[in-house]
Amino acid sequence: MSYKHKDLLGTRELSRDEILFFLDSAKEFKNLNNQSIKKSDNLRGKTVINAFFENSTRTRISFETAAKRLGADAINFSAAQSSTKKGETLIDTIRNMEAMKTDIFVVRHECSGSAEFIAKNTDASIVNGGDGLNEHPTQALLDLFTIRENKGKFEGLNVAIIGDIEHSRVARSNIWAMHKLGINVRLFAPPMMMPHRVEVFECEVAKTMEEALDGVDVIMMLRIQLERQGGAVAFPSGREYSKFFGLNKNRVKLANPNPLIFHPGPINRGVEINSDVADGEHSFVLNQVENGVAVRMAVLDILNKNRG
Amino acid sequence: MKIFIKNATIVNSDKTIQSNILIDGENIAKITDEILEADEVIDATGKFVVPGLIDMHVHFRDPGYEYKDDINSGSEAAVAGGVTTALPMANTNPVNDNAVITRDMIAKAKARGLIDLLPIGAITKKLGGEGITEMGDMTQAGAVAFSDDGLPVSSSDVMRAALEYSNHFGSFVISHCEDCSMCRTGVMHEGKVSAILGLKGMPREKEEIMVSRDMLLAKLTGGHIHIAHVSSAWSLKMIEMAKKEGINVTCEATPHHFTFTDENLMSYDTNFKMSPPLREVSDKEAVRNALKSGLVDVIATDHAPHLDDEKFVEFDKAPFGIIGLQTLVPLSLKLVEEGVISLERMVELTSTNPARILKLNNKGRIKEGYLADIAIIDPNLEYIYDAKLNKSKSINSPLFGKKLKGAAVMTIKSGKIVWNFPNLLI
Repeated sequence: MSYKHKDLLGTRELSRDEILFFLDSAKEFKNLNNQSIKKSDNLRGKTVINAFFENSTRTRISFETAAKRLGADAINFSAAQSSTKKGETLIDTIRNMEAMKTDIFVVRHECSGSAEFIAKNTDASIVNGGDGLNEHPTQALLDLFTIRENKGKFEGLNVAIIGDIEHSRVARSNIWAMHKLGINVRLFAPPMMMPHRVEVFECEVAKTMEEALDGVDVIMMLRIQLERQGGAVAFPSGREYSKFFGLNKNRVKLANPNPLIFHPGPINRGVEINSDVADGEHSFVLNQVENGVAVRMAVLDILNKNRG
Repeated sequence: MKIFIKNATIVNSDKTIQSNILIDGENIAKITDEILEADEVIDATGKFVVPGLIDMHVHFRDPGYEYKDDINSGSEAAVAGGVTTALPMANTNPVNDNAVITRDMIAKAKARGLIDLLPIGAITKKLGGEGITEMGDMTQAGAVAFSDDGLPVSSSDVMRAALEYSNHFGSFVISHCEDCSMCRTGVMHEGKVSAILGLKGMPREKEEIMVSRDMLLAKLTGGHIHIAHVSSAWSLKMIEMAKKEGINVTCEATPHHFTFTDENLMSYDTNFKMSPPLREVSDKEAVRNALKSGLVDVIATDHAPHLDDEKFVEFDKAPFGIIGLQTLVPLSLKLVEEGVISLERMVELTSTNPARILKLNNKGRIKEGYLADIAIIDPNLEYIYDAKLNKSKSINSPLFGKKLKGAAVMTIKSGKIVWNFPNLLI
């Protein structure tokens, strides 16, 4: 199996075999990352621009690290210091950077569909680094990589995704991908953070934290995306959230033995997840970050090969 | 100047007949089986001859945003779509909130001489939602109705005053029903598709809450409320209930709401971004059923030009709205072809009822003594709707560049031929 497309825009379009192809490839790069010299020549002479129209720390650094380890010239673009602030359109900005012979853009943008919009209007390859509420495919791939690494399989596993699902591109990308791999996905959120027509995701929907956690193998906690809620009625308080929707030590016990606890970061400690859990024995938050580099190396490498 | 239209299939809202029409000066002089002498003879064999279309909801962007469309290009697009009377909304810059602007708009349209332009005045000064405009003065100047359209009046008390005051001058209020306190940066219909795409949704209820309020205010005041671009099944249910109760309400549906659904947004095409948004199949079916049953009074286009550059951006950042004047006939004819409505009902929705609502006593019918506002429609003409045909300054239509069937091949305004479909001899 292989992946033959110009871009990686989301997991919704990926087949099961394509997902596994990315994960298998990432395994090789993880091995490389564990060596003292973490370098390959696969993207030597290529230019990768991290076009980040929205703030990010870990995703940008992860992609930058991935590109540099593959030998590419990695350039970071931040909208905050760019001509977009002078009113330049998104496509004009991208086309100007493309004219500098850019091979791959990693795009992060606050608007859903923007990665697809750019992909349709440029010859460069596009990796969606997170677009609005839509998708964050490399985050889903790194989550899946971490699951396979620690559970050895996908089929029949139970995953709970808990928190601000409505505003989570991480949740969407994971849901689409997990279904294809035979994972059972259960969702739980405060009502105002659950998508209006949640049935479209074809997941179980829990009514309480206890029901959500019962017998799961992976607990994926999400960040409350206050910046994306567009003036929505705010949640009453962090205290209330923690009480009914937060993860603590006692609640972890409801899951299957040795659960994997994920959070895409940044964590609101004491709200979504207590520190003793976030830093505890079942937390795989930093493993996710580590695996993110390998997965992103795989994605950049595969798209680069597709460019011929 | 006399024009003789022979072999016409004359479609009025109550019946269709085969006959000939003599136009003398501005008016329809005779409907006859005889062959009469005239300065110009038009053979309408195989065509429908209908009363000039009256579009109760357009945006000509003039004054202020003439780069999108102006009264001249808007008039040209209108007649190319068979529309001889158009009502532009007040959200211009400056806002049409006083008689000076109203008179100026009418004068510009008269100077171009293609259509009758009947301005809709603002309900509130500068569309600010507070103090109501000088509706009496504006009515005298030629404003035919009042609306803040895309900036709906949120204060029930202001809306009450608007209904009472406009009614005093024999006018009415057009309401874009939207409870903006529920906006939350929504860019499409809230439903399965928005959940999949990760786009912020606008629930139906945002519209329905306002429809409900406006029905109650019309009940309270006895004023006439016209509900613009109805897009949801429940809105229609409430309008139906209000009508049964004798409340003075009329409503319109747009071609895009009876043609498309939110499924069309799956590729993030900004040409499907509009407000109210394209809704689900069940809503589209409800609108189509209401067109069929007689509940909907009017088809209006909500012709909303935006420059290509403004739509060629991230979906969230694109403005709402599409152009519609030149796709009104093919999309309405499609309803006829699909058996949803009859040809006569199409004429009722696009001409007779608007004329009735606007109290235009010499329009909306092909009838002796009436104004010779006429569209000759070829239902079978197939063509590409492209830059060669488009008369608007904007191209923001999902149908642009697509093959369409059915068009106004000739438009006559007050006895003058104002549109001929290119390269067609009829």
